Amino acid sequence: MPADGGIGAPMKRREDVRFLTGTGRYTDDLNRPGQAYVYFLRSSVAHGKINSVNTEAAAAMPGVIRIFTGADFEGIGGLPCGWQVTDKHGQPMQEPGHPVLAQGKVRHVGDPIAAVVADTLDQARDAAEAIEADIEELPAVIDMKKALEDGAPKVHDDLTSNLCYDWGFVEENKGAVDEAFANAAHVTTLELKNQRLVANPMEPRVAIGDYDPAGDNSTLYTTSQNPHVIRLLMGAFVLGIPEHKLRVVAPDVGGGFGTKIFHYAEEAFCTFAAKQLRRPVKWTSSRSEAFMSDAHGRDHVTKIELALDADNNFTALRTETYANMGAYLSTFAPSVPTWLHGTLMAGNYKTPLIYVNVKAVFTNTVPVDAYRGAGRPEATFQLERLVDKAARELGVDPIALRRQNFITQFPYATPVAVEYDTGDYEATMAKLEEIADLSGFEARLEESKKKGKLRGLGVNCYIEACGIAPSHLVGQLGARAGLYESATVRVNATGGLVVMTGSHSHGQGHETAFPQVIAEMIGIDPSMVEIVHGDTANTPMGMGTYGSRSLAVGGSAMVRATEKIINKAKKIAAHLLEASEGDIELKDGAFSVAGTDKSVAWGDVTLAAYVPHNYPLEDIEPGLEETAFYDPNNFTYPSGAYACEVEVDPETGKVTIESFAAADDFGNIVNPMIVSGQVHGGIAQGIGQALLEGCVYDEDGQLLTGSYMDYAMPRADDVPYYAVDHSCQTPCTHNPLGVKGCGEAGAIGSPPAVVNAVVDALQRAGKTEVTHIDMPLSPSRVWAAMNQ
Amino acid sequence: MTNVTMTINGRSVSGTVEGRTLLSTFIRETAGATGTHVGCDTAQCGACTVHVNGASVKSCNMFAMEADGADVTTIEGMANADGSLGTIQQAFQDHHGLQCGFCTPGMVMTAAALLKENPTPTEGEVREYLSGNLCRCTGYHNIVKAIMAASGQDVSSIAAE
Repeated sequence: MPADGGIGAPMKRREDVRFLTGTGRYTDDLNRPGQAYVYFLRSSVAHGKINSVNTEAAAAMPGVIRIFTGADFEGIGGLPCGWQVTDKHGQPMQEPGHPVLAQGKVRHVGDPIAAVVADTLDQARDAAEAIEADIEELPAVIDMKKALEDGAPKVHDDLTSNLCYDWGFVEENKGAVDEAFANAAHVTTLELKNQRLVANPMEPRVAIGDYDPAGDNSTLYTTSQNPHVIRLLMGAFVLGIPEHKLRVVAPDVGGGFGTKIFHYAEEAFCTFAAKQLRRPVKWTSSRSEAFMSDAHGRDHVTKIELALDADNNFTALRTETYANMGAYLSTFAPSVPTWLHGTLMAGNYKTPLIYVNVKAVFTNTVPVDAYRGAGRPEATFQLERLVDKAARELGVDPIALRRQNFITQFPYATPVAVEYDTGDYEATMAKLEEIADLSGFEARLEESKKKGKLRGLGVNCYIEACGIAPSHLVGQLGARAGLYESATVRVNATGGLVVMTGSHSHGQGHETAFPQVIAEMIGIDPSMVEIVHGDTANTPMGMGTYGSRSLAVGGSAMVRATEKIINKAKKIAAHLLEASEGDIELKDGAFSVAGTDKSVAWGDVTLAAYVPHNYPLEDIEPGLEETAFYDPNNFTYPSGAYACEVEVDPETGKVTIESFAAADDFGNIVNPMIVSGQVHGGIAQGIGQALLEGCVYDEDGQLLTGSYMDYAMPRADDVPYYAVDHSCQTPCTHNPLGVKGCGEAGAIGSPPAVVNAVVDALQRAGKTEVTHIDMPLSPSRVWAAMNQ
Repeated sequence: MTNVTMTINGRSVSGTVEGRTLLSTFIRETAGATGTHVGCDTAQCGACTVHVNGASVKSCNMFAMEADGADVTTIEGMANADGSLGTIQQAFQDHHGLQCGFCTPGMVMTAAALLKENPTPTEGEVREYLSGNLCRCTGYHNIVKAIMAASGQDVSSIAAE
C-alpha cells in the first residue's frame, strides 16, 4: 500500500487544482455552436386559470426564433414521479399530471407558462415581456391544514382533494401504540414545524439541449447529481427518446444537496426544443428563478408524543405529520416524509412501539422534495427535541435519559421496519463529552453571565439510513427504480486505470477518494487511477449521488469490479510465473508466488493482457476491463452525538453559536480530510436551518423569500470553527469497504442541538414556560419567546 | 452598442456591449474566462468577485462599460508565473477550503483583497471580510483556516481540516 495514498490517508484533492485556477468546466461554461437561448415566462400568481397566451407581438421581436406554450406539449408526456406511496387503506397516492409548460392552469409562482427561444438571452427576455398572458387568478391554498378542509380550492381539479396520501406506519401497530399511551406513567407532547428550506447550491441550474440530425441523437448537458436517472426519466416518460439515442452529460456540478437529483421541466424543454429547432438551446437559471423553480425541502408540521414508564423507559412513540408536496410531485417527493422519515423514528432508542402518520398535501407552492438528509433531519429534529423536553419535564439529565434508552445490542430490528446492523451510541456520546468539554460547561456559563449573556447547552443524538438502497426492498415500498450502482474498471496496457462510475461528484471529492481505494487494493500509487463520471456515453448505467450513497454503493461496485480485475490478473501472473493461480499473491503492486522470490510487476501483467504473446489464450480472453453492479442488501446506519453551546443576548434575542462539536460513527474512513469537510458543511446547513433560513409564502402564495436579499443563508461570521471527530468506528457489516456514508450527517444532527441549546439558555434564565421555539430562531422569535 | 477594451489578466480584450451588459458577462463570454462564476443576481453571493484596478469588485454588479480601460484580474490570473498555485490557492488546497469549487474563485479573490489590506487578520476579521461571499459546501471552517494559513499564521491549533 502506498504510505500516503491508500485508505485512511488525508490526501489533498486533485480536483482542487482546476477549481482553484478557473479551469473547472461547469455546465454554464459550455457553449454549443449556433446555440440559442431560452427564457421562461413564469407565473406571477400562485393559482390561476390560463384563458389565453398571446405570443404574436413577442414573436415579431428581434432575434426571436420561436415561442412555445403548453399547447406545444400536448401529447407529450409530463414529468414523472419516481416513487408511488400506498396509503393506510392500501390505495395508491393521488398522482397529478405535471406538464413541461403549464396547461390550463398555473399552480405556483414560478410555474412556466411560455418559453421564448431567441438568438441571445437578452432578446429572449425582452420578448417574454411582450407576451400577453391572460390569467384569471384563483383562490390559492398555501396552509396545509386549510388545504385539507372541505371546500378548499383544489390545486388539481381532476383529483378528489388536495390530499396526496394518508400514510400509516406501521398501521398494524396503531392499536398497541395507543394502548401503551393509555398505560404510560408519563407522556411528553410537542408540536413543531420543520420549516421549508431552499437547498441553494451555489451553482444555479443550467440545461443545454443539443441535437445531431446526422445520427438522430439528442444530448442534454445539465447540472445533475444523476445523469442516468435523467436520461431514463426524460427519455422514457417525457420525450419518448430511447436511451441509445439520448446522452446526458453532467460535467462539473457546483453543489447539489438533493435539489439537483430531480428531473426538471427545463431539461425536457431544452432537449425537445433543440430537436424542433435544429439548434442547441441553452437555459441558465438566475438565482431568483432558482428560488421559484428548484424543488424546496422539508416543510413538515408535526405533533409527536412519547410515552414513558415509571422508570423513564420509552414505551411508545406516536407522530402525526403534515408534509407539503407543493403543487406537483417532484421526482422522489412522496418517499421523503414516508420511507425516509418514518423508518427513522426509532432513532437511537429501543422504543418498542411506534406509529407514524403522515398526510401529504398539495398546495400552490413550489414542489418539495429531498434536501440534504431528506426526511431524516425531520425525524431527528422531532425526536431529539421531544426527548429533551421529556427530560426537562421529568427533571432528569437529558444525556442520562438518552443513555438509559440507547439501543446497545446489534443487529437491532426496529419497530419501524429497518434493521440497524451495527453501532455504538455510548461510544460517540462519550467522545462528544470529551471533544465538547461538557464538564467545563458550568465555568463557561459563569463567564457568559459576567458578560450579561444567557448561555445554553444542547446535546442530541442522531441515526440515519444511508447507502440507499436494496432494490428489492425499495421496489416493495414503491420506488420505480433500482438503487444499485455500477463501475467499469479499465486497466490500460501500461498499468494505469480508468474507473467509470455511475456515482457523480459535485463537491464530494470522488476523483481523489475513489483512487485511494484502488491504490489500497492493488498497491499502486493513486495517481495511476483516473475517475470518469457524469456522462451516460462513457459510464455504465448508474443511479447517481444522493443519500450519502457514493462510497457505500458506488464504491462497493468499484471494489467488486476491481476484485474481478485482480482475479483475472492473477491468472495472467500465474501463467507468466509458471505457478498455480492459488499461490499468487498481490502486494505492493507486484504478483508473487507464495513462499518464493518469484514475482512479476503489475505493469508487466497488464501489458501481457494487451500484448498476449505469452498468455493463456485458451483459458482467458485478452484485455483487462471489468464491470460490476452492486446492489446493497441493507441500508447503512451512521450515527453520532452532537453538542452546541450558544449565547443569547437577553436584550435582543440574538443567538450566537459559541461552539459546535460532532462525534460521528461513519464506519471505516477512506479520506478523513474529506469526511471532516462533509461534516462541516452539513453542520453549517443545520445551523442555517436552526437560526437563519426559512422559505416564506404569504397567504396568497406570493414567495416572500425570492432572493438572497430575503432568504438568510449562513455566512462565515454566523458560524464558529467546529470540533469534529470520527474516530468511533463500527464498520458497516454488509459492504466490502465497511463504510457508512457521511454526506448528510451534519445537516441531520445539528438543528436539534442548536434549538436544545437556546431552550436550555432560556430555561436557565428562568423562562421555564419556554419549551420550544420554531425554527429559524431569529432574534425576534427568541425575544418574543422570552417576553411572552 | 458600445465598444469597450480592458485588460484581463494582462491580455487586452475588446468587445461590443450593450449598456446593460454586466462585467461578469463580458469576462465570461467575451474574454472566455469562465472561472468567474455567477451565483446570484443581487450581488449577495460573491462568486463573481474579481479585482478591477486592484480593488475587489462583484463583477455582476458592474457594467462592462464601467470597466472600459480598466485592469481586471480574475481567478485565471492568480497562479504563479510558472503555472503553480499561488499562495492563497495552495492554502485552499492544503486545508480543503473548497468542495464543489463554484464559490471558490470569488473566495480566493476576496481573500487576496483582504490580505492586501490586512496581512495578518484575526479569525474574526477573516469571517467579517468574507461575509459578502457565500459558500454552501464547506461551512467556512476550512476557508477561514486556509486564509489564516495563507497569511503566514500558525493554524496548527485550529481543529483539523
